Amino acid sequence: MKQIFNYFYHTEDLTRDLDGLLLSVARALGLPDWTAVAVEVLGVILMICVFLALMALFLVYLERKAAGRFQLRYGPNRVGPFGLLQTIADAMKLFFKEDIVPTNADKLIYKAAPAFCFGSAFIALAFVPWSINVAPVDLNVGILFYTAITSLAVLGLLMAGWGSNSKWSLLGGIRAGAQIISYELSASLAILVIIIFSGTLQISEIIESQREGWWIWRGHLPAVIAFILFIIAGTAETNRTPFDLPEAEAELTAGYHTEYSGIRFAMFFLSEFLFMFLVCAIAATLFLGGWMPFYIGGLDGFNAVMSWIPPVVWFFGKTGFLIFVLMWFRWTFPRMRIDQLMRLEWKVLMPIGLLNLLLASIVALSRLYIFSA
Amino acid sequence: MTVTIDCCEERLVKNLDTQEYWVNMGPQHPSTHGVLRFLVKLDGETITDVIPHIGYMHRGIEKMSENVTYVQFNHLTSRLDYLSAMINNWGYCMCVEKALGLEVPARAIYVRMIMSELTRIASHQLWWGVYGMDLGAFTPMMHSFRDRETINDILEETCGSRLTTHYIRIGGLSNDVHENFVPRIKKFIDGFRKSLVEYATLVSGNVIFRARAENVGILKPAVGISYGCSGSTLRGSGVNYDVRKQDPYGYYDRMQFDVPLGTKGDSLDRYECRFKEMEQSLRIIEQCLEQMEPGEVVAAKVPKKIKLPAGEYFSHVESARGDHAYFIVSDGGTSPCRLRVRSPGYSNLAVLPEVVRGWRVADMVTVSSTLDLVAPDIDR
Repeated sequence: MKQIFNYFYHTEDLTRDLDGLLLSVARALGLPDWTAVAVEVLGVILMICVFLALMALFLVYLERKAAGRFQLRYGPNRVGPFGLLQTIADAMKLFFKEDIVPTNADKLIYKAAPAFCFGSAFIALAFVPWSINVAPVDLNVGILFYTAITSLAVLGLLMAGWGSNSKWSLLGGIRAGAQIISYELSASLAILVIIIFSGTLQISEIIESQREGWWIWRGHLPAVIAFILFIIAGTAETNRTPFDLPEAEAELTAGYHTEYSGIRFAMFFLSEFLFMFLVCAIAATLFLGGWMPFYIGGLDGFNAVMSWIPPVVWFFGKTGFLIFVLMWFRWTFPRMRIDQLMRLEWKVLMPIGLLNLLLASIVALSRLYIFSA
Repeated sequence: MTVTIDCCEERLVKNLDTQEYWVNMGPQHPSTHGVLRFLVKLDGETITDVIPHIGYMHRGIEKMSENVTYVQFNHLTSRLDYLSAMINNWGYCMCVEKALGLEVPARAIYVRMIMSELTRIASHQLWWGVYGMDLGAFTPMMHSFRDRETINDILEETCGSRLTTHYIRIGGLSNDVHENFVPRIKKFIDGFRKSLVEYATLVSGNVIFRARAENVGILKPAVGISYGCSGSTLRGSGVNYDVRKQDPYGYYDRMQFDVPLGTKGDSLDRYECRFKEMEQSLRIIEQCLEQMEPGEVVAAKVPKKIKLPAGEYFSHVESARGDHAYFIVSDGGTSPCRLRVRSPGYSNLAVLPEVVRGWRVADMVTVSSTLDLVAPDIDR
């Protein structure tokens, strides 16, 4: 019992002990060492897939519940306790629905598009650090890889728009392309600020660099600006209101996924929620310290109290808060128009981002951090 | 090897040549409010032309009138513009009453006015919610339906119906109001005043909402008049035309209320006018409740079998969408020889291509929403 409790706080022990356990089992069975590694890799992949699919379903539930609260109604409350099984029921329905491919659609592109979206979301989630030493992949260029992989999703949307043989879909796809590529710039500029502060591209080291205070406090003004930029750009990249122009149900019926039905539609739908989680998790990691508790450099007593809350709870707390903020956006704001969207990025956010980068460089060079011991 | 710049440019322009295309907006489209169909010609995202196609909701109500009696036709008027059923009923009844020379009791007129204004608020509430939804925000819809439900409950209690009411009858009302009528309306007014402030901050004050509506789809006063627009669509352009003021019916001439007017004629002005109208309707209801006295609600001399003297009769009312008129030609029989309904939506729709040309696809939705189109009102 005490051991389990310990694992909860020191997840690095958990991963180490699991490694050891698998290795000893493999050796006892007289198998070579690489089988243990293979089993571990397969296990992690399976765990992540199951966990993320469940999480996407849960996020959908959460979104509907939150929407209900914003709109003077209850949200789902009929299927299962508190309506928890509603999204599972919906997913089942979508599984068994007929998969319709429009006539004259570009079949290969049409069918591959949702897989691109879903796949890139899954790959990018491999970089998310859930707790101490619990990140499936921890590359030395992790954050760069993350930006590269998330950009792949736009290809899926473009393919869906092109492959559907529908003018509405095409408009949605083109909008998605223009929007996501534009807002990628702001997101990257915001990420660069943290890279300058922490001096590394490795996600685990970025978190480690926040041991004396999260970057949003330590980096004060430039970090706060970068955080806001990242949240705005992240909302735009995930195609959520006020930036949901590619879907724009009032204008383009449903944009790029107008023609999709059944499981393919579900894949688009779930990947949108996975991307939302992803953006929030990365924002929490870069700016709010990821799993790092709220430490203040030098105040050991305070830090010890903060350590009582396990890292996993910190991570999910921060991510959950940001997800709530994004939902709040969605149920409050209307949609922007395409030219306003572009103007916001190229004439407002990008200049601010570039100037902010300059400011961040000055702060980093002169070590003007707050809370640095 | 040298490549001249001219040649290069020529090739570029040739390859960049774009093509205009048509898209079908409707009849099944989320923002065409019923079954309307627009053929939209697009150059990329820019609208170059719009052709509205109507008739998907045509039920031939005007033709039907020739085969039913005057009393029977009344309930069909509820189905013209189902969002302002009470006002339609009144317009038709007024026309027949004029022809018969019936004197309607004072209480009935006050109740008619209260019902009309309640209907107007309910209609504007639906429009307001749908406007939010057209612009991509779903929350206003749910909030507006809360108030709309309250109004519908009040209507239901008195006349047993929520939408197609058929409560105002020739010569008066079908029955007197329910005993809870007055207290419930008073309670509603108090609550709704507070809600209006909330709505103003949620939508009217929102930066994105304003950016989407400001200067978008400008309707020039002269264009609006020449197309026969009316209601808040025309008042947004600054033309002071409200049937309740210009040609008062009922006791509107005794009421203190303002007609909100716009200045520029853009979508924001139309929005503001319609939004402020709800506040004015509340004022009218309050005054009616004060002045109303108990009494009869049906005129004493309503004939059993209504026959209009041969001739032509006209009446018009200010419905939630504008100038709503009835023109009856009678040959002295029990049903109209010919009946014509002038619906505000038809003219308001006609001006849409003029207003929206040159704007983006997204503005098409904004403009058609601020014109407040209702398909059954247009098609009849």
